[in-house]
Amino acid sequence: MELLSENKRAAIWSIALLFVGLFVWEISISAQTINTGELTEYELLTGAGTAKAGVPPPSEVAVKAWQELSNPFYDAGPNDKGIGIQIGYSIYRVLTGYFLAAIIAIPLGFLIGMSSVAYKALNPFIQVLRPISPLAWMPLALFIIQDSEASAIFVIFICSIWPMLLNTAFGVAGVRIDWVNVARTHELGAFKTAFTVVLPAAAPTIVTGMRISIGIAWLVIVAAEMLVGGTGIGYYVWNEWNNLDLTSVIFSILMIGVVGMLLDAAFGLLQRRVAYVE
Amino acid sequence: MANSFLSIEKLTQRYPDGKGGEFTVFENASFGIEKGEFVCILGHSGCGKSTIMNILAGLSEPTGGVVKMDGFAISGPSLDRGVVFQNYSLLPWLTALKNVTFGVAARFPDWSKQQIEDHSIAFLDKVGLSGDAIHRKPSQLSGGMRQRVSIARAFANQPKLLLLDEPFGALDALTRGTIQEELLKVWSGTDQTVFMITHDIDEAILLADRILLMTNGPLARVAESVEITIPRPRVRTDIVEHPNYYAIRNHLVQFLGKRSAELAGQTSEEGETHSPETVRIDKTQDAVDEQPILQAVKT
Repeated sequence: MELLSENKRAAIWSIALLFVGLFVWEISISAQTINTGELTEYELLTGAGTAKAGVPPPSEVAVKAWQELSNPFYDAGPNDKGIGIQIGYSIYRVLTGYFLAAIIAIPLGFLIGMSSVAYKALNPFIQVLRPISPLAWMPLALFIIQDSEASAIFVIFICSIWPMLLNTAFGVAGVRIDWVNVARTHELGAFKTAFTVVLPAAAPTIVTGMRISIGIAWLVIVAAEMLVGGTGIGYYVWNEWNNLDLTSVIFSILMIGVVGMLLDAAFGLLQRRVAYVE
Repeated sequence: MANSFLSIEKLTQRYPDGKGGEFTVFENASFGIEKGEFVCILGHSGCGKSTIMNILAGLSEPTGGVVKMDGFAISGPSLDRGVVFQNYSLLPWLTALKNVTFGVAARFPDWSKQQIEDHSIAFLDKVGLSGDAIHRKPSQLSGGMRQRVSIARAFANQPKLLLLDEPFGALDALTRGTIQEELLKVWSGTDQTVFMITHDIDEAILLADRILLMTNGPLARVAESVEITIPRPRVRTDIVEHPNYYAIRNHLVQFLGKRSAELAGQTSEEGETHSPETVRIDKTQDAVDEQPILQAVKT
């Protein structure tokens, strides 16, 4: 064992845990469905002999996943689209709302971070608006925008703006005065200073905010799509629940997790690129 | 003094003391620095050395008085006045070379990329940095190497006045010695005017043409200007043998240990200027005009 690196040992543990978990799940489900022996007529009439509509075992989910993933982009009408299409819709909404939020939050965060007057003036609004659950905006958004698609994007926009705004402001305000003085003694203008000194100095904090935001946006899109309906992974989960197709529900829950992980990993990569050691 | 390359005239700095009154760091300080001169300023913490430095750099405004360079009053920071900060102030996300080209590109905006890079590499080479090291980030360099980069950045810009704010304060004694010699090497052969803050008497004697001595604050003033009558080029191991070395050193120690406190806290009359008294100690000439201060030191 000592010959293996820490990472390898951790990987072995992960795989072992996965198999143990799946095994326990599989066993507990099949133990549930075993129901043989003599049944009274009454029991037969109430359906006791048939398999219970229980939680599906992992083997069924795996089969389902194989089916869905081998043909992810099929489109057989409004209620039957491939998982790839559904996730695609969700990602499209998340990214649209998210980038609109970034376009506003990052410059505004710069302003708030640089000017304490702007910070004090805007802070009360931020403090009141920030704790509002993004879904609480939904009725208002639907009424004003009158378009469910755009409303979902608005909800993503409103939930991802705050971490980016606050982290940008925090990062910009925390830029070491020495670095700003370097810019000043080199006679850099306001824009040059912002781009060559303040932005790289604050970048790790800003990207951390962006990473938190994308995580929240991905959490919120599922709920928003459950409400809005039509397309998207959130709608898919709810639709399969209505179909009582628990296998698909479990499969889509896993997919939500995987996509969330990939989005986070992408920002993790960006974070490493802008990181620096003082 | 008014004709000096750099002239500091009646500089005064006051801060509100938080009780409705005012706290005067120094007032009516006046002195001049000639072109090509290397001047060190010595004094205890809190006497306003860094404040003077920040005013010269244009990073802060004095309460009163003016600083003139080449006959013009300075206002705000300028590329004509380069600064080496105590904590290096390198941008940690840029490599050593990029930190220097950052400054050079700001100073010479018309230069081509290649020209900027060659110029920067040449100056890094002068402080003993070359090869792989210049492509490393500051965090991958030792404290001494970082300060070398910082010095290279300042010299590469060829400012009219170079301000060094305790540049070796954070370095260990051995590294400090090496970099002091490198600083001398870069400086000699240029007509770069340098104004440097230091706490280290030996460092000041090694580097400076003239040492300005400040009394303790508040109400600090630049009391003396001591000429360093040791010929250049100076080498650390040789200058201690020079007859003037210990005479000057003793004078400085005596000032900082005793007289800086005795002279402190004197308020000035309206319109009075505090110009430093020039002190010249030279034991190589016949010691006819030996000063009473020196005798006190020897007993």
